[in-house]
Amino acid sequence: MDAETPGTGEAPAIEARGLTRNFGKLVAVDHVDLTIPRARIYGFLGPNGSGKSTTIRMLCGLLEPSAGTVRVLGHEMPRDAERMRAKLGYMTQRFSLWDDLTVHENLNFMARIFGLAGATRDARIAELAAEFDLEPLLPQRAGTLSGGQRQRLALAAATLHRPELLLLDEPTSAVDPRSRRDFWESLFVLVGRGTTILVSTHYMDEAERCHRLAILDRGRLVAEGVPKQLMAGIPAIVVEIEAEEVASAREALQEDAAVKSIAQLGTRLHALLDPQTVDAAARVRGRLEATGVDAQVAIVHASLEDVFVAATGFRRDARAPAAVEA
Amino acid sequence: MFGRILAVTLKELRQLSRDRLSFGMIVGIPLMQMLLFGYAINFDVRGIRTAVVDEADTSYSRALVAELGATGVVRFLAPSASVDELRRRLNAGEISVGVYIPADFERRRLQTDRASVQLLVDGSEPLIDTVARGLAAVPLPQRPGAVAPRTSPFEIRTEYNPERRTAVQIVPALIGVILNMTMVIFTAAAIVRERERGNLELLITTPIRSGELMAGKLLPYVLIGLIQTTLVLVVGAWIFDVPVNGGLLHLYAAAGLFIAATLTLGLLISTVTKTQFQAFQLAFFTMLPSILLSGFMFPFDGMPKPAQWIAQVLPLTHFVEMIRGIVLRGAPITDLGTQAAKLAVFLTVALVIATLRFRKRLD
Repeated sequence: MDAETPGTGEAPAIEARGLTRNFGKLVAVDHVDLTIPRARIYGFLGPNGSGKSTTIRMLCGLLEPSAGTVRVLGHEMPRDAERMRAKLGYMTQRFSLWDDLTVHENLNFMARIFGLAGATRDARIAELAAEFDLEPLLPQRAGTLSGGQRQRLALAAATLHRPELLLLDEPTSAVDPRSRRDFWESLFVLVGRGTTILVSTHYMDEAERCHRLAILDRGRLVAEGVPKQLMAGIPAIVVEIEAEEVASAREALQEDAAVKSIAQLGTRLHALLDPQTVDAAARVRGRLEATGVDAQVAIVHASLEDVFVAATGFRRDARAPAAVEA
Repeated sequence: MFGRILAVTLKELRQLSRDRLSFGMIVGIPLMQMLLFGYAINFDVRGIRTAVVDEADTSYSRALVAELGATGVVRFLAPSASVDELRRRLNAGEISVGVYIPADFERRRLQTDRASVQLLVDGSEPLIDTVARGLAAVPLPQRPGAVAPRTSPFEIRTEYNPERRTAVQIVPALIGVILNMTMVIFTAAAIVRERERGNLELLITTPIRSGELMAGKLLPYVLIGLIQTTLVLVVGAWIFDVPVNGGLLHLYAAAGLFIAATLTLGLLISTVTKTQFQAFQLAFFTMLPSILLSGFMFPFDGMPKPAQWIAQVLPLTHFVEMIRGIVLRGAPITDLGTQAAKLAVFLTVALVIATLRFRKRLD
């Protein structure tokens, strides 16, 4: 899982410099620099409206950047968008195959669009149907499929032509946990064959599975790196507080200037303290004892959620993306 | 290239065959309109409710009433006793026409400078006035052997439609109206629907070219347009006895050109609208002027100049002229070169604008 050395010695799959997109006065994507290595899963983590979809749409030539340059698989975008298309697989946020066509008809249509000829086409559809467990569903209309089944169909359709690059825009937002796990297994299989995958998500557990991660907030790239390193290098001390009276504990800590943010995880609190704080655990314990709150306090490793909160500048309104959704 | 066009065409046809309502409309719209326009909209008025006040009550006056009745245009209700009663019945809407034969009918009949009979006409209803003017031309009955004076110096012969049946004028032009209605809506909706449902976002990231996508989407509707043309002609010949005097090849050539023009109009609408609802609105926005100004119902020459200019831009105007020429006058399409050229200009301009507007982008 070392993402620092890409699988091949080639140029990165995607290189963006100063990528910017305005919609009227709104700056949806604000000077984003990206270097996405080949044959890796690269994640975009951010809440809704953070610019994930807009960035992906610029990368595949659907939107023209207001400023900045993008090279995808060595092609200048959006100028060479047409030449890049045959090497690209794209899964939209919404299911965008045809509800009134069967699974087989959908795959067959997309295969024809990608220019797969007769025998190759049939073989490839059969192969993918087996791989994505779609065989019994082939004669069924896509509109009658479950969320997870649609997911598999969409991924199968996006990989029919063996693309070098897969762009997946929140592929698992409408899928149960079991299907999400299966879906990620499929992604790792594809990466193993050399495919580069760019996936946007607002799930922390998914983000953690990526080889590399970019955290986006309000159109800006606020953190970038390998998930483990991001967690290790968090510019804060993470103190976990386990207490019966969570609300009182929270109230007590909010007064402290060293506490940059507090997030609740069930009966636990994660407080992010200024990295300069001396003996952070003792300080928190002292605070809580002074207000009569009984609690277990310990310094813990940062979770990706903590990284997200730290990266978004400890804003009071900066809730973790998964919390926004759930 | 053709593989992809074919793939899109087959997909469209398959989807259309599964959308029972739209599929029904392909046949339903022409049939309903044919029957509606063929039967209900009828300019040959018959059986107008009429009452007579015959103060003369001579054998001549009775013969005149019998002549009027024989035309079939009027249907006599119970006679009235006086002109006042006639007016009252006219006012109440009980009758549309009153015939007043004065007591001195016999004397007036011999005088050429005075009218001998008065027709009271309800001017509030369309067409009644025109019909009454027709009635006034019915010659007075003559004594056997007497030389009949010419009641009118004109003799009218209606060419191409000797029986003057409205259906003959309406049905061929109806092909144009029906095609205009279905083609524009179907194509605009077919493209905008995919935009609305997100299919287009996926399609435009594939290697398919805009031209291939457009051609593949329009082809099925060319076929549907030709089916509708055939349907209208067959039903028109079967129910309304509308002849096809010109060559079928010429007819289908003209229909093909018009279908192409209307499809392009639909395409153009699809590039400026974001939802199916907007597409429908815009399609209807172009439909009404097409029907009213094309000469389909009202004579083109009677329209004010600005209306005529607008009509020149609408493809239906030129097609109505062409189709009447081919179906009724038996003209070859080569005689209708001006109209064909105007349609071709519309087609080219609209296609260029639509292609420039439709890009494989979302912004």
